Amino acid sequence: MPQFDLILHNAQLISPEQNSVTSGAVAINQGQIAAVGADIPLESGQKTIDCGDNYLSPGLVDIGVKIGEPGERHKESFGSAARAAAAGGVTTIVTRPDTSPPIDNPETLQFFCQRAETDATVRIQPIAALTKGRKGREMTEIRLLKDAGAIAFSDCDKPVRDAKVMGRCLTYCQSHNALVIGHPQNPDLSRDAAATSSALASLMGLPSVSSLAERMGLERDLALVEMTGASYHADQITTSAALPPLERAIHDGHKVSAGTSIHHLTLNELDISKYRTFYKVKPPLRAETDRAAVVEAVADGLITVISSMHTPQDEESKRLPFETAASGAVALETLLPAALRLHLNDGLSLPTLFRALSYHPSQLLGLDTGRLSVGAPADLLLFDLKSPFTLDRHRLLSKSRNTPFDGQMLQGQVLRTFLNGQEIYRAAPL
Amino acid sequence: MTHYSMKHLLGIQSMSVDDIHSTLDLAESYAQLNRGRDKRASVLNGTTQVNMFFERSTRTQASFELAGKRLGADVMNLNVLASSVGKGETLIDTAMTLNAMQPDILVVRHPQSGAVDLLAQKVECSVVNAGDGRHEHPTQALLDALTIRRSKGRVEGLTIAICGDILHSRVARSNLLLLSKLQNRVRMIGPSTLVPPIFAEFGVEIFDDMKEGLQNVDIVMMLRLQEERMSGSFVPSLREYFHLYGLDEEKLAVARPDAIIMHPGPMNRGVEIDGLLADDINRSVIQEQVEMGVAVRMAVLHLLPRLRHQEGAMPLATPDQLGQ
Repeated sequence: MPQFDLILHNAQLISPEQNSVTSGAVAINQGQIAAVGADIPLESGQKTIDCGDNYLSPGLVDIGVKIGEPGERHKESFGSAARAAAAGGVTTIVTRPDTSPPIDNPETLQFFCQRAETDATVRIQPIAALTKGRKGREMTEIRLLKDAGAIAFSDCDKPVRDAKVMGRCLTYCQSHNALVIGHPQNPDLSRDAAATSSALASLMGLPSVSSLAERMGLERDLALVEMTGASYHADQITTSAALPPLERAIHDGHKVSAGTSIHHLTLNELDISKYRTFYKVKPPLRAETDRAAVVEAVADGLITVISSMHTPQDEESKRLPFETAASGAVALETLLPAALRLHLNDGLSLPTLFRALSYHPSQLLGLDTGRLSVGAPADLLLFDLKSPFTLDRHRLLSKSRNTPFDGQMLQGQVLRTFLNGQEIYRAAPL
Repeated sequence: MTHYSMKHLLGIQSMSVDDIHSTLDLAESYAQLNRGRDKRASVLNGTTQVNMFFERSTRTQASFELAGKRLGADVMNLNVLASSVGKGETLIDTAMTLNAMQPDILVVRHPQSGAVDLLAQKVECSVVNAGDGRHEHPTQALLDALTIRRSKGRVEGLTIAICGDILHSRVARSNLLLLSKLQNRVRMIGPSTLVPPIFAEFGVEIFDDMKEGLQNVDIVMMLRLQEERMSGSFVPSLREYFHLYGLDEEKLAVARPDAIIMHPGPMNRGVEIDGLLADDINRSVIQEQVEMGVAVRMAVLHLLPRLRHQEGAMPLATPDQLGQ
């Protein structure tokens, strides 16, 4: 009997936990990583895969993915999202509750989890709504939802407007040890805005919002966290102005962390200059100085999570004038190659990137994934960093194809994806 | 007369200085024609022009209709108010439907910025922007330039004050672009809630005091204040607005003695402009602006390349080209 179920050898191993890239192999037994290193013997009869000196890393853990179930299955289903995720190297999807109806009660969550169980081939971890109907008035049944599997609580892109309500939600979540994910944005200032205030937005005649609306939203939430002692994660920090208050709160020892979206790390406001609605995201794309500051914050570890903020939209909702077109972009399949631009163009190290893509999100949510270490689930991703490819949106596996990267040259083709040691995706041979 | 090298007239931003001058020159000769007894030319004989207005407009639509008819085009007016567009139909569907009717020129007004650009990407004929949201209104800026040129003999080296609700005004943006391209000095005057300070980045001088802003200007260009902005949200009240920014004899006195008054219409007498002043034929060129509007639109329709007849019908766009 061979010692291991499978050995992936001749790979460049990216270990976010050890902060290293080394040559070697990973051995898998019973769905778990059983050994990692340069000296794993390849016995005869042993099932092995030669990785061809490509990169092997933990699978990505993506916080804030929108799946169209329930309500908008024509945009994305569990099946299509899971196929897209596997093709993008995402092995854990942390789903958003901004569905229709929203996931704001245990029964809906139960239905959601059943659908996930039936159709999804990757891990699904649901976020539940923080307030009923995401209306910002009454809190949801936090404890019942948590017991039914909710991993965190968020009203997504609708911040709770009333500070008193938000404060109570945080207090209640604190006592039940539940994580709150906030959307730092002043909802009054950002009402109707389609762009970030700038000379370009003014000339384009688009209603816009100052980038300071993000800092205002964050500062309010941080003050409430200070009042209540709750655990708080900001879903997307996208401006330089929001970084100092974030740094101060973390420095002062509050249970605060922050993420950002892949689009805000790789695109800027100039991309909307042709009114291309695929570049309309929420919050709107920022100035290049903001983008650079946020990339630096990821490099420094101030921002710890990079998310796809995968938001499928059908053609109809994007074929409209910029102001009325729906916001959001699909990104499960472009998260990795787009993130690798930060390595190739902005100098982020691979372990730093995978800390933000796999390790930190897992740690934040108390999951044992995101590590290339013995005992961790064998959720793995093998990718080719060298060969460039042109993205064709019509070949995406996601049901919706609203990607801003259509036609662009990318690097970081996923070769294979494993979940619990089982291969769930393999790229077609070239 | 050579045609524009661009397929559409979407904004002043994409026009060259030469494009602007040749439009004004040709418009000048159409202005002559329009004052004669026989106003017809045959430049657009046999072509179809569709005026598609997603927003209410009497003046601009009438002006484009007259311009097309005087040049010999068959003109059809389509009023597609936002409420009557079925919820299921996107702007692009509407464009494709129209496109299939083989028009030669589409004149489009839409309440949202960028909507005309979007539509232009999906049709084969030439598209003229008749105003999109707060983005651009190029024929208005061109007719203003022609009016200025006829009054001052030139459109360069002048100091022009644009006054009022700049924030929501496509007229202000197109005029800023055109007047800057022709080397004029542009000032913007208005309450700070309605004048984005960011326009200073384009070399505009910004004033919230009207008397300061009007010092020695050659042209006073007033903008309409929309009713919904009048009470409370952007300015406290009508009377306070008129007190501070309504154009009257006293404020106009600091401008150059030969300064002219312009307004894109329709006017709110007693809100942004004193009624008597608006009608003072020695100062106000507001009626001439309307007249030049037809001439400028004739020139624009004349100068657009006529694709269908030069190159034959192009194939319909494939679904792939329709993506965003």
